[in-house]
Amino acid sequence: MTLPVDLFAQALNGLSYGILLFLLSVGLTLIFGMLDVVNLAHGSLYMLGAYAGLTVIAITGDFWLALLLAPIAVGLVGLVIERICLRPLYRRGALDQVLLTFGLVYLFEDLVKWIWGGRIRSIAPPAMFSGSVTIWGATVPSYRLFVIAFGIAVAALLWLLIERTRLGAIIRAGVFDAEMASGMGIDTERVFSAVFGFGAALAGLSGVIAGPIQSAQPPMGATILIPALIVVVVGGLGSLKGSFVGSLVIGQAETFGKAWLPGVSMLMIYVVMVAILLLRPQGLFGRPLR
Amino acid sequence: MTQMSRRTFLASASLATAGVAAGPWIGRAGAQAAPIKIGLVLPYTGVYAVLGESITQAMELVFARENWTVAGRKIEMIKEDDEMKPPVGVRKTEKLIDSDKVDILTGPVHSGILMGMRDKVHSSKTILIVSNAGADAISRERCSRWIFRTSFSNWQPCQPMGGWVAKNISKEVFLTAPNYQAGKDMMNAFKETFTPAGGKVVDEDYPKLGETDYAPYLTKIRQSKAKAVFAFFSGTDAVNFVKQYDQFGLKQQVKLTGAGFLTEPDVLPAQGPSALGIVTGHFYTPLLDNPTNQKFVKDFREKFGGKMPDGFACQGYDTAEVIVRALKAVGGNTQDKDKLVDAIAKVEFDSPRGRFRFDPNTHNVIQPFIYIREVKETPLGINNVPIDKVADVKDPGTGCTLPA
Repeated sequence: MTLPVDLFAQALNGLSYGILLFLLSVGLTLIFGMLDVVNLAHGSLYMLGAYAGLTVIAITGDFWLALLLAPIAVGLVGLVIERICLRPLYRRGALDQVLLTFGLVYLFEDLVKWIWGGRIRSIAPPAMFSGSVTIWGATVPSYRLFVIAFGIAVAALLWLLIERTRLGAIIRAGVFDAEMASGMGIDTERVFSAVFGFGAALAGLSGVIAGPIQSAQPPMGATILIPALIVVVVGGLGSLKGSFVGSLVIGQAETFGKAWLPGVSMLMIYVVMVAILLLRPQGLFGRPLR
Repeated sequence: MTQMSRRTFLASASLATAGVAAGPWIGRAGAQAAPIKIGLVLPYTGVYAVLGESITQAMELVFARENWTVAGRKIEMIKEDDEMKPPVGVRKTEKLIDSDKVDILTGPVHSGILMGMRDKVHSSKTILIVSNAGADAISRERCSRWIFRTSFSNWQPCQPMGGWVAKNISKEVFLTAPNYQAGKDMMNAFKETFTPAGGKVVDEDYPKLGETDYAPYLTKIRQSKAKAVFAFFSGTDAVNFVKQYDQFGLKQQVKLTGAGFLTEPDVLPAQGPSALGIVTGHFYTPLLDNPTNQKFVKDFREKFGGKMPDGFACQGYDTAEVIVRALKAVGGNTQDKDKLVDAIAKVEFDSPRGRFRFDPNTHNVIQPFIYIREVKETPLGINNVPIDKVADVKDPGTGCTLPA
């Protein structure tokens, strides 16, 4: 195999991994941008999505139905968390919120063990995407190509929603200055709930999407949290564009690290984060720090 | 106070008499039958709980067969959850030795816990029968007169595979394993017989433990033009690697082989059809056709709701069998530890894996066979079907100076 083909194949690997990171982290970044809450339980919601997806597939045998129903279920869980646990804490410091959502990580891990057991599980890719295809000499699983297309579609829809709709304008107003928005007659409480539920649903969605590539087991919620947080920090806190570009950058860095510098590939993601934060402390697309 | 009726008086009197008569007899029996305490340090929570469970269930199967009594003494199991954390495992070991005063200790699953508990076990002269952890060192420079191992050393399932793969599959092989000690040990064991058989290691890669995306490595395997891969992964790593290997379309082009853990029953259900065709080396598979194994599989499935025993269950079975036979040989006397250790070292029996015996030089099991197994569809689901075997696989025991 020649170098250009090799480069292209690894770039495609990096792209599919990056898109997966984007789906994982976008809900986290939205919630942070709007609510100013670092939701450490985001990984747990991702895990719930994977397990809810497993259950839907076990009952109906339909991956697409799982992709539809699991995010709805996780979104509802998100609404409950926001209403019962987070709302009383908005006026308290960030530390209380971090402690609370960190506690939820343990709670959900035990809950999943209790309902589904500790065994390793996995989701099979839908039949139409179970094979692999070769593009310009590079062989990729067709499911990964689907993930790339799906992730780009999600990014485009989110961009349209936030930049081009009235709801998006309300969300942006809330992100910019919640107090002022509320003064203008926007019911920020309801918007907060909706955004948290929506972010949770996105986490659940990524859990189902990642299912055919990765396995599901209870600690997965905690392990996925670190890369998701790194993407958010690199991209710029609360920025949709940032989490998209940040995911792609991290995806490529980690993939080429593994391919070319296997000995230090574990560090790659941190090296990139440190380098970007040194050059741009606010992240790639974050608002400048005041 | 009410007056005692004659009938009540007679009844109590006869009870008292019976008690006096029975008293000395009960006392004597009690003194003889102080239970034999067996301490288990295993994971009972978390992802690895399924391993601890298999080991424990098979031990219970053997002890139940003996009515939980050996040489006139009751068998008592004390289970401690090590949570797969070395500090916890070591603490639980100290508890079992110092406060429970167990006669025999078994476990752990985690090699780090084994290395952590080793000195405590050795200095307190507690008999430990290792029922999973494969750290080579415990059969080599860190061996001890008080430590036996019924499971395997990491070297054992891999070393015979090198020559076998070179002869039967390909001489151009790509090696891959997680980037930690056991992973590197296993790949080196493979090379010991692979290179002399004319094999050439095309390339090798060591992804991090707990990797979730193997795509970059799989692309490298494809472009290396290797004809086969020899891999060691376990747990979620085994599931992710095997699934992604299949999804990248490599399975049809580059034969996947590995250490047995790659396709053990704890990961097979999650791997599903992606695992079909993988060839691994291991000391056990429930599909062996020897009579001991057939009875073991039948009894195990009856007792535990149709569950198929796995290699971990075989380890538990053999651990309990060793304990029962050694105790019978010394007439239930656990006070004379030297005699008990000698009795354990001499135990020999038909195990589900073949003729079981310890290597007197290391106290590690001599694997009667390393079975070469291929994952196939069977009437009992997807499982490891034996296709060949290598006999008498004994760890070299480099640096171990038993009998001390």
